[in-house]
Amino acid sequence: MTMPTYLGMPSFPKAARAAVADTRLRSNLAHATGTIRDRRAKAVDELADWPELRESAKQIKDHALAHLGHYLRQLEEKVTAAGGTVHWARDAAEANALVTRLVRETGEREVVKVKSMATQEIGLNEALEEAGITALETDLAELIVQLGHDRPSHILVPAIHKNRAEIREIFRREMPSAPADLTDDPAALAEAARRHLRAKFLTAKVAVSGANFAVAETGTVLVVESEGNGRMCLTLPETLITVMGIEKLVPTARDLEVFLQVLPRSSTAERMNPYTSAWTGVHAGDGPQNFHLILLDNGRTRVRDDEIGRQALRCIRCSACLNVCPVYARAGGHAYGSPYPGPIGAILSPQLRGIGSEVDASLPFASSLCGACYEVCPVAIDIPEVLVHLRAKAAKKPLERAAMGAAGWTLRSPARLKAAQRAASAGRRFARHVRFPRAWSDTRDLPTPPAQSFRAWWRSTHDDSA
Amino acid sequence: MKIALFITCVNDTLFPATGRAVVSLLERLGHEVVFPEAQTCCGQMHLNTGYPEQALPMVESFTRTFAGYDAVVAPSGSCAAMVRDWHGKLAARHGRPALAREAADLAPRVYELSELLVDVLGVTDVGAVFPHRVTYHPTCHSLRMLKIGDRPLQLLREVRGIDLVDLPDAAECCGFGGTFALKNSDVSAAMCADKVASVKATKAEVLCAADNSCLMHIGGTLSRQRSGVRVMHLAEILASTS
Repeated sequence: MTMPTYLGMPSFPKAARAAVADTRLRSNLAHATGTIRDRRAKAVDELADWPELRESAKQIKDHALAHLGHYLRQLEEKVTAAGGTVHWARDAAEANALVTRLVRETGEREVVKVKSMATQEIGLNEALEEAGITALETDLAELIVQLGHDRPSHILVPAIHKNRAEIREIFRREMPSAPADLTDDPAALAEAARRHLRAKFLTAKVAVSGANFAVAETGTVLVVESEGNGRMCLTLPETLITVMGIEKLVPTARDLEVFLQVLPRSSTAERMNPYTSAWTGVHAGDGPQNFHLILLDNGRTRVRDDEIGRQALRCIRCSACLNVCPVYARAGGHAYGSPYPGPIGAILSPQLRGIGSEVDASLPFASSLCGACYEVCPVAIDIPEVLVHLRAKAAKKPLERAAMGAAGWTLRSPARLKAAQRAASAGRRFARHVRFPRAWSDTRDLPTPPAQSFRAWWRSTHDDSA
Repeated sequence: MKIALFITCVNDTLFPATGRAVVSLLERLGHEVVFPEAQTCCGQMHLNTGYPEQALPMVESFTRTFAGYDAVVAPSGSCAAMVRDWHGKLAARHGRPALAREAADLAPRVYELSELLVDVLGVTDVGAVFPHRVTYHPTCHSLRMLKIGDRPLQLLREVRGIDLVDLPDAAECCGFGGTFALKNSDVSAAMCADKVASVKATKAEVLCAADNSCLMHIGGTLSRQRSGVRVMHLAEILASTS
């Protein structure tokens, strides 16, 4: 079980239908993604060497992935030498069991959490809840989602589908310390969240985080965030448990020079990230005294085995692809049935989970292949290429297979194509009576077949050529 | 020069006027156009719908048909991109190294219409006359795969009498995407609704693009909405002399 909380999700087109009809969601998403898209473009345009940075980022990740075993062992060695403990988790169930056991060993019943995609992926909060442990999200947007009993719909901005009026209602309803006269002013909302969270930071004994990067050469783990709430969790508690996908590795500290430039500019459109926390094992009298690093596979080595699909593992979770995706902007994040929405989710989820379920079989088709995602990706993941690759692997409906087979048979031969064109031209008077799939004709008129195909016209005018 | 026309199956079957316009335009500019009748389809629909094994014979037939020509023109950014970006790769991935080499050898000689005119024939003023208000939609594959940039606009700007207006959010996809338009019809229609709103905001009489598949989708919606906006392929405007 790779992503246990997303079982039984409907296919993408079904889930997207409701989102497309939700005018408030469409307007929230269009506004939010439009704003961040323009800011990213400006931040990236400032750097003359962006193409070189992008190529370096790609090559560093590809190198690390090609020698993953070596660098993981090096990381384990360095973290252990610095006083941390390294654990290996094959899948979500193993990772969740590990975190649960480690929290139980502290005797605590509450943990504070740093925003983390890996723990969303394994459904950690739900697993902890079943074990009687409360996990409190401390990232503002993640807190909004948690208080709203909702799911994240964006990698960087999990509550992007909510506007501030909706957030005020969630705070009023779910946050006991929220003032009765709370307005929807962003500063007032942030202040309410701050007061709510500060109390927790000062009492929490255990924190759970993810990781943006880990440096094999030094055993240093990094979390990159914008609010400082992550740093509170990473420094104040006695025990820190970090769940990290094995692809987050970079070989050397020097490699961070590239990623700490491309990540903030691509994700938040900032030149420099506001809070970058880096720690190496434990230090007496400074920060958590117990550090556990859980290295999570959960399908990643299988993805790595696929020559074309493996580039998805370069992803640094910046969300630039979501913010430029016209499909994401209309369908919203929930339709992707995974914590990884948008173009990257459409290639990552079916690979991590396998293309078995209804939603996973539909995700590779959740794209018009416009290529905007590839254009902005800071690690040059050719998302359209991987989508096309996965489409070939997805199960097809027999009717579609038959239709594509017939079309292929016709299009392989000029004589058969000509015969089909003659038939279409002969039947053009009846064209308006032909029932075409409603999927097309609900919103669009069809062109009437011409009286004469191009090749028929050519033959009648230029017969002697070619 | 002698130019082989790859009409594309969609244009051949549904939009022959575009093909006639390409022929008349290139002949007017003093070039010889040939139409190799063995041609059919580039295989894009099959590849993008998940049937690469069906696309492969089309790669082979395209390569065989056009191998002997110095320049091949396709009045479709999407089909030209399929040939240039995919044919060699597809053959290589299906264990056909010889075909992959031949396809890769042919690829750089396959041009989208505006590339042929601006880069190869070195012309932007093609002597066209078109006294109408026009807006141009840069289709995704011509923009992001072929990277044709503003070549179509360079050509349109030189057209006599034209009132060329900018399309807001021009680079945003129209939502066609081949079988995407059927498989994800709700999202596709929502994307097209926004594109159509941008087109209408320009008060243009004509929406122009270098790809009839995208225009079939946007035009089908414009027609359903009784918008009074026509769609025209770039070739048809450039061929127009009155």
